[in-house]
Amino acid sequence: MVVFEKPKSLTDVSMHYCPGCTHGIIHRLVAEVIDELGIEGKTIGIAPVGCSVLAYNYFRCDMIEAAHGRAPAVATGVKRSLPENIVFTYQGDGDLASIGTAETVHAAARNENITIIFINNAIYGMTGGQMAPTSLPGQVTQTSPYGRDVTQCGYPVKVCEMLSQLDGPEYLERVTVNNVKNIRNAKRAIKKAFQNQVEGKGFSLVEVLSSCPTNWGMTPQKALEWIDEKMIPYYPLGVYKDRSANKEAKA
Amino acid sequence: MSTTQILIAGFGGQGILFAGKFLAYKGMLDGKNVSWLPSYGPEMRGGTASCSVILSDTAVGSPIVSNPDVLIAMNLPSLDRYEDSVVPGGTIYVDSTLIERKVRRTDVTVHYIPATRLASDNNTPTLANMIIVGKLLSVMQDFGTDSVNAALKKVVSARHADMLDINLGAMKLGAEN
Amino acid sequence: MADKVLMKGNEAIAEAAILAGCRHYFGYPITPQTEIAAYMAKRMPKIGGTFLQAESEIAAINMVYGVSSTGKRVMTSSSSPGISLKGEGISYIAGADLPALIVNVQRGGPGLGGIQPSQSDYFQATKGGAHGDFHMIVLAPSSVQEMADLTVKGFDLADAYRTPVMILADGTMGQMMEPVSLDYTPKAPVEKPWATTGTQMQREHNIVNSLFLAPDELEDMNMKRFQRYAAIEKNETLYEEYRMEDADICIVAFGIAARVSKNAINEARARGIRAGMIRPITLWPFPTAPISAATQHVHSFISVELSMGQMIEDVRLAVEGRAPVTLCNRTGGMIPSPEQVLQAIQTAAENGGAK
Repeated sequence: MVVFEKPKSLTDVSMHYCPGCTHGIIHRLVAEVIDELGIEGKTIGIAPVGCSVLAYNYFRCDMIEAAHGRAPAVATGVKRSLPENIVFTYQGDGDLASIGTAETVHAAARNENITIIFINNAIYGMTGGQMAPTSLPGQVTQTSPYGRDVTQCGYPVKVCEMLSQLDGPEYLERVTVNNVKNIRNAKRAIKKAFQNQVEGKGFSLVEVLSSCPTNWGMTPQKALEWIDEKMIPYYPLGVYKDRSANKEAKA
Repeated sequence: MSTTQILIAGFGGQGILFAGKFLAYKGMLDGKNVSWLPSYGPEMRGGTASCSVILSDTAVGSPIVSNPDVLIAMNLPSLDRYEDSVVPGGTIYVDSTLIERKVRRTDVTVHYIPATRLASDNNTPTLANMIIVGKLLSVMQDFGTDSVNAALKKVVSARHADMLDINLGAMKLGAEN
Repeated sequence: MADKVLMKGNEAIAEAAILAGCRHYFGYPITPQTEIAAYMAKRMPKIGGTFLQAESEIAAINMVYGVSSTGKRVMTSSSSPGISLKGEGISYIAGADLPALIVNVQRGGPGLGGIQPSQSDYFQATKGGAHGDFHMIVLAPSSVQEMADLTVKGFDLADAYRTPVMILADGTMGQMMEPVSLDYTPKAPVEKPWATTGTQMQREHNIVNSLFLAPDELEDMNMKRFQRYAAIEKNETLYEEYRMEDADICIVAFGIAARVSKNAINEARARGIRAGMIRPITLWPFPTAPISAATQHVHSFISVELSMGQMIEDVRLAVEGRAPVTLCNRTGGMIPSPEQVLQAIQTAAENGGAK
């Protein structure tokens, strides 16, 4: 009896992620959700530019590689062309919250019926550890060697809080994957974000606070602790918007 | 084998482009090669508007009319700007309600039509353009053809079908003046 | 044959696109092409299509990328400054071997420039226009009828060769009205087994992608793409010859410049000067062969352009030094007059091909 196996909607290609990186966990959660909802055959994923640029090799569904930051626009095109299919993007913080801010905000404002998995690890990983739009005040990176100076570089972008001000989006939640309990909770949120699309509810984004041991310069274990100690206080976990739930509560 | 190059100019809102479109459609229905080219951009909105119309027995080359055979000037700035560009022997139609001065050129034929006043007296204040067009067609002995009605139907939207007779009336008024 | 109707060039492009089966349009307002968006906004909802005013030109071209990935016909349109913003997306579309139609109704530049007609995006359109080793097919209409015809052809070429196709028009072509006949017999749709439409659990996953980290793999992709380009150059080069049989002087001009030049050529002929014209209809691929062949009898070439002289470089490459090539131009939104072109012809006639 197999008690633990690879989700069917992941390919057999070995992932390139660094040891201790949480991308692998999140890929797995997305794949488990796709399996459980039985939607692999009609799902089209959009990979970003960033560490998860090669995600198109890992998911077994049809995949499209987008230009940096443009995944929500590409997803909009795909979903408008194939409204019966399931379309998701998988994007990092530089992709979604810096170069692609406009695409993110307007896809949310239009309430595009798509699912976005947003990986916030407070750093540019692929290019070797530069300051991200979500790097914390004081955080040391290659391009903020003396710590992020908010008088020079401004403050981090809180994506869920920002998007929650829009009338458009259906569902916004911030989760993390730094322990078993949080991983289970993250999977629940990701499943809801896909289920919303299946039900035609609209724009659903799950922000996942993630670790980058390599570029943070920490052991994997220390990096997971850093999420608790530093990231969650700045980026509180929780539901930022859930329109259907609010409607039901009012009813 | 002939080509007529027409330049219509005036304020935005005087129906400059509409008049040009009518003439182009009529030309097309008469079997001619035609082109219609408007001025465009911010100047369209409230400023001066102009359009070039070419009617030809042969293929139309450049759609830009820089030396018109026919100039319709619906305001003073248009007459000031384009009077000298009319070809010798050409024709200028002047809305004499809005343009007090006379045409200075002596080598062109000029028709002064108090189009804006006629339009106003006729309770169709927006149709000074078609009054001058009526005059133009009568001078060119081109009124009364089937293509006049057919072209009007093309340029007046179906939603404003009541405007067909009103436009025709304005053109007749121009033809009689 | 369908009745002729008077249409603006911009509207003719939009209606022809719909007749060609395009049901997805993404754009952003910019003069002088906005009629295309307005027309699509009116028509698409009535025929089950998508019109979406994107948040930016960048988003619009990436929405095009998305729809094209699913195998459907899709287009965007803009004018010069907006096309620069689309450059990134066009490069990705070329790199992922996706078909798409992009319309550039040019205005004067650089920068915000002006809004009057121009041909100063010739380099941008024909030399790639964005990063990387690629071309796109560039079609240059010279009448409202061609605005429509080349739109339909553009979709066919894009599908046949899996490449972006650009309609390179200008403000005059977009704004002018001429009689146009929209009478097209739709071609059988091209099979697109590469499209990302969902595996339906029936096949391996498709990946639409322009990333190839192994340089030998990327080289291979580029080589294959250029094999297709060679086929395009061989099979799809289009041009019109006008009074060229006995011409001593050859004008090379496209779009509105060709229209103006026809007037000048007819006047020159009336004065006994044997002038003619080669009008490129495809700017890429450029009609190098007929220009080269014309050097047998032509003693002078004149490139007539609404720019500081961009196409003239391709004319010179075709002429290969066998005859002088001069420029007759206006820029910044100005259009050469027939008189100016006639003057250039007369000067060439007087010089008699002297270099």
